[in-house]
Amino acid sequence: MHFVVCAKQIPDPETPPSAFKIDAATNEVVPAQGFQPVLSQFDGIAAEAALRIKEAAGDDTKITVLSMGAESAQAAIKQVLAMGADEGVLLQDDAFDNGDSHTTAKVLAAAIKNLGDVDAVFCGRQAADWDMGQVGLLIAEALEWPVAILAKDVQIADATMTTTRVLADGFETVAQPLPAVVTVSNEFGEPRYPKLQQIMQAAKKTVTTQTHGDLGLDPSEVGAAGARLKLEKLFIPVVDGQVELIEGDTPEEQAKNLVAKLEADKVF
Amino acid sequence: MARNILVVGELDEGALSSTTAELVGQASRLADGGQVSVTLLGAGASGAASAAFEAGADRAFTSDDAGYNDYNSDSWVAAVENAFGQAGAEAVFVAQSVVGRDMGPRIAARQGSAAAMDCVNVEDDGGELKATRSAYGGNALATYSFAASPAVATIRAKAFDPIEPRAGASGETVDLGAAGESRTTITGRELAESEGLQIQDATIVVSGGRGLGGPEGFESVEALAAAFGTNRAAVGASRAACDLGWYPVSQQVGLTGKVVTPDLYVAIAISGASQHMAGCSGSKMIIAINRDPDANIFANSKYGIVGDYKAVLPALIEAVKAAG
Repeated sequence: MHFVVCAKQIPDPETPPSAFKIDAATNEVVPAQGFQPVLSQFDGIAAEAALRIKEAAGDDTKITVLSMGAESAQAAIKQVLAMGADEGVLLQDDAFDNGDSHTTAKVLAAAIKNLGDVDAVFCGRQAADWDMGQVGLLIAEALEWPVAILAKDVQIADATMTTTRVLADGFETVAQPLPAVVTVSNEFGEPRYPKLQQIMQAAKKTVTTQTHGDLGLDPSEVGAAGARLKLEKLFIPVVDGQVELIEGDTPEEQAKNLVAKLEADKVF
Repeated sequence: MARNILVVGELDEGALSSTTAELVGQASRLADGGQVSVTLLGAGASGAASAAFEAGADRAFTSDDAGYNDYNSDSWVAAVENAFGQAGAEAVFVAQSVVGRDMGPRIAARQGSAAAMDCVNVEDDGGELKATRSAYGGNALATYSFAASPAVATIRAKAFDPIEPRAGASGETVDLGAAGESRTTITGRELAESEGLQIQDATIVVSGGRGLGGPEGFESVEALAAAFGTNRAAVGASRAACDLGWYPVSQQVGLTGKVVTPDLYVAIAISGASQHMAGCSGSKMIIAINRDPDANIFANSKYGIVGDYKAVLPALIEAVKAAG
């Protein structure tokens, strides 16, 4: 079988709020000093899901990692290759910049079509920067494949993808014919950490770069030109930050003082 | 400018869900003379139409077919597309739920437009719809306009108040027929035991985080909730605590969990990462108990106690019981 893992490089979500800055003129996040961009954590989990299926099958399943992004996104691709994926494709083109979920999915779907023989696509439940959670669904729509979102478990056998999905009040198991798309949630579990030897092996694996021409896409249908959702304003919400710390010589006294405040505020 | 809006409704045990009433209400505020339509699918749908009319809808596209009871992507999308074709809406609103997360992008894709996900506001800005949503794990808010029609927005629960019910209001009901084919077969369902109060319905939520140090820490978190009263207080947990297996995922509060808007939110040993705040910042009051005086949670809280929860909670439980 041939699996695709979609991987996005994002600003480190562990950046503390105090170091999070936005350039109001460009509506872009200012890279925080001392924080390197990282692989979106849900995409690492998606890679883990694909790898576990490959290992359980014990066959020659090939895993290709796709990333749309700048040259620096090579690092995200290399990370998934070090985890155990076989090949990488960087979709890099100035024409892809400042798009939306729709144009991102268009580029990824075109790349998946180019690969030709893909059986399943694994995406994170959402990119941990924009938190939209649409690209996996939109790839499926573009390819006219079924899709299951928010997976906490996924199995593939006999040309069927079986996914256990997270619901608001429990879990649901669904079966869909291949080829199919799945988006994987944090409930799946932690991704593996590559060993040093795997990181060194990953450096030798093939990563090709493709542009809109390679994908048969017109610049007018991708990036900012093709976007249907226009970012008008990106800003940091104001919190009043006026916390009143409750004093007291003992925890008992602090607790009594806090409850007195809550009573005065008519919480009870 | 008048605009028609289609709301993808959801039923909660056969009745109109509270979030659907909120979405229909906001749609009626934004319609400006246009028609508000709602789809209602599954057992109880046609019966729930009157509640939708009272909540602000003019027209209901319904099907009582039990084939719609469990959300199934393909059959639901086909039904909503059918309703959309008849209603001709300039905007489609869906809750940011199991339904909306799946359906929002798919409806947008099929209509050649775009979806803004998990919106906290959708407003009319000089005749144009603008949607605002959180991004970067709640660190930022982003406002979008739509370059294609219909504007599809999935909307966070409690983002809008419902309108004052229009008692006795009526409207047109259109039957959508039976559920069609789907590529997806639902083979199993495992619902969490709903013990008493649901976290979204609680007026007080007491949540624990990674700083509890282990699952046993939740015993005192639960004891504090019980002291407030099990009829109004429920227990939540941060994603870190759920990912560590300390507490059920169904109780997770945050961007990847549930959004709660209680009168009082008590955050115990929770650092207050933006992704957590995205799930509780709509609370009327937040109080925090944390050992770290620099924890971000304090910046979002009205009251705070700097201290070890192991010392503070037993005292607080007694004080709450005494006040109760």
